[in-house]
Amino acid sequence: MIDVKNLTKSFGDHLVLHNISEHIHPGEKVVVIGPSGSGKSTFLRCLNLLETPTSGSITFEGQEITDPKADINAIRRQMGMVFQHFNLFPNMTIRKNITLAPVRTKLMSQAEADETAITLLKRVGLEEKADAYPAQLSGGQKQRIAIVRALAMKPKLMLFDEPTSALDPEMVGEVLAVMKELAHEGMTMVVVTHEMGFAREVGTRVLFMDEGKILEQNEPHAFFANPKEQRTIDFLSKVL
Amino acid sequence: MEKFWADFTKKFTMAFVTGDRWKLYLRGMGTTLELTACALVIGVILGVLVAVIRSAHDQQRLGKRNFALGVLNVLCKIYTTVIRGTPMLVQLLIWGFIIFKTSRNRFFVGMLGLGINSGAYVAEIVRGGLMSVDAGQSEAGRSLGLDYVDTMRFIIVPQAFKNILPALGNEFIVLFKDTSLVSAIGAAEVLYYAEAVGSKTYEYMFPYIGTAVMYLVFCIILTWLQGMLERRLRQSDRR
Repeated sequence: MIDVKNLTKSFGDHLVLHNISEHIHPGEKVVVIGPSGSGKSTFLRCLNLLETPTSGSITFEGQEITDPKADINAIRRQMGMVFQHFNLFPNMTIRKNITLAPVRTKLMSQAEADETAITLLKRVGLEEKADAYPAQLSGGQKQRIAIVRALAMKPKLMLFDEPTSALDPEMVGEVLAVMKELAHEGMTMVVVTHEMGFAREVGTRVLFMDEGKILEQNEPHAFFANPKEQRTIDFLSKVL
Repeated sequence: MEKFWADFTKKFTMAFVTGDRWKLYLRGMGTTLELTACALVIGVILGVLVAVIRSAHDQQRLGKRNFALGVLNVLCKIYTTVIRGTPMLVQLLIWGFIIFKTSRNRFFVGMLGLGINSGAYVAEIVRGGLMSVDAGQSEAGRSLGLDYVDTMRFIIVPQAFKNILPALGNEFIVLFKDTSLVSAIGAAEVLYYAEAVGSKTYEYMFPYIGTAVMYLVFCIILTWLQGMLERRLRQSDRR
């Protein structure tokens, strides 16, 4: 589904991603873990070109998105993204937050989008918040809305950039529950997270990143049971 | 004391009452307000245009630079640098006595000079406003597949507008007072009439003080309106 070849990204002199090659298959739930500054968020943000790679290529469903001529907006419509800080639009109601993109990109009419919004809001148990503004919601509610907003575009793939890191501990569960449900429905997901429980339970593959490289990867049970690299062992001993 | 009051009354009458001179000040104030409004429109249009060009240029992705945008960006930078780096009075004198030295429509020349000057300041205010919106907002819009224009129109600009209203209000008040400078190139606004009355009666104190009082009254009203608007916008934040 996504093919990453020799991806390198540097900010000035600072090398963040070092020659990464990776393939993500449809239906996979890839969980990316690693210490802060290891480049995992940058890796994720390169996948929908929020960061422009310094070199290397990324192909999404046969289309090279790193090609300067590629229609990046059309490609982004097929990839949902959820951010650490939610990034809901504070100047709009929840309904408008969800329907703006499908309507403006002519994916749906306003009526269809409204219907989709309500259906999705019901799924996350927030249909009564449709006419509220983001400032009236708790962090967990905001993040669930952010997931719904991304889903309204009917994406083929969802990218999660530390979706629970900015939440109060008691709200982490409600967001993870929505993500788990999404995973069970077969959505392809790439999740950058510090939630090891989620990685173990939902992930089909765990990537461990350090210093801009994918140091080790495995199926989650094997990964957590017997990590091979010393760096991975050190990291896991600190977070588990 | 009695002599002082007699003198005061005489000079006051000379400055404002004789020959219905108060009508001149009012007519001048009318022109001042018209000048402010016209210059403000020019300033806002120019300012928004420049701000959008400047920030569109700065936000381009690496390796996808647009040449035309680069040229426009340089022109905009020259414009703001020259206008903000030279005194308004000098600019007006250049407009009035060099570029448009044969034009007899002094109102138009003054309006143009003020508007072009104001545009440079508005541009920086608007650009600051656009930059004040969290980068995550634009990332969220773009990651949903919205293009640059839609992201600006529905997400960034409405939020930026709220942030820049106080600064824009101040710019408006400054512009209002700066219209008095166009009397130097012969546009018939309030100070121009005050000077005309002074030179006819050889008595400048009342015309000048009268002008100052008129400006002050309007500025107090404008400041009060601005405060009301800001309070209303703040209320919607707390929703």
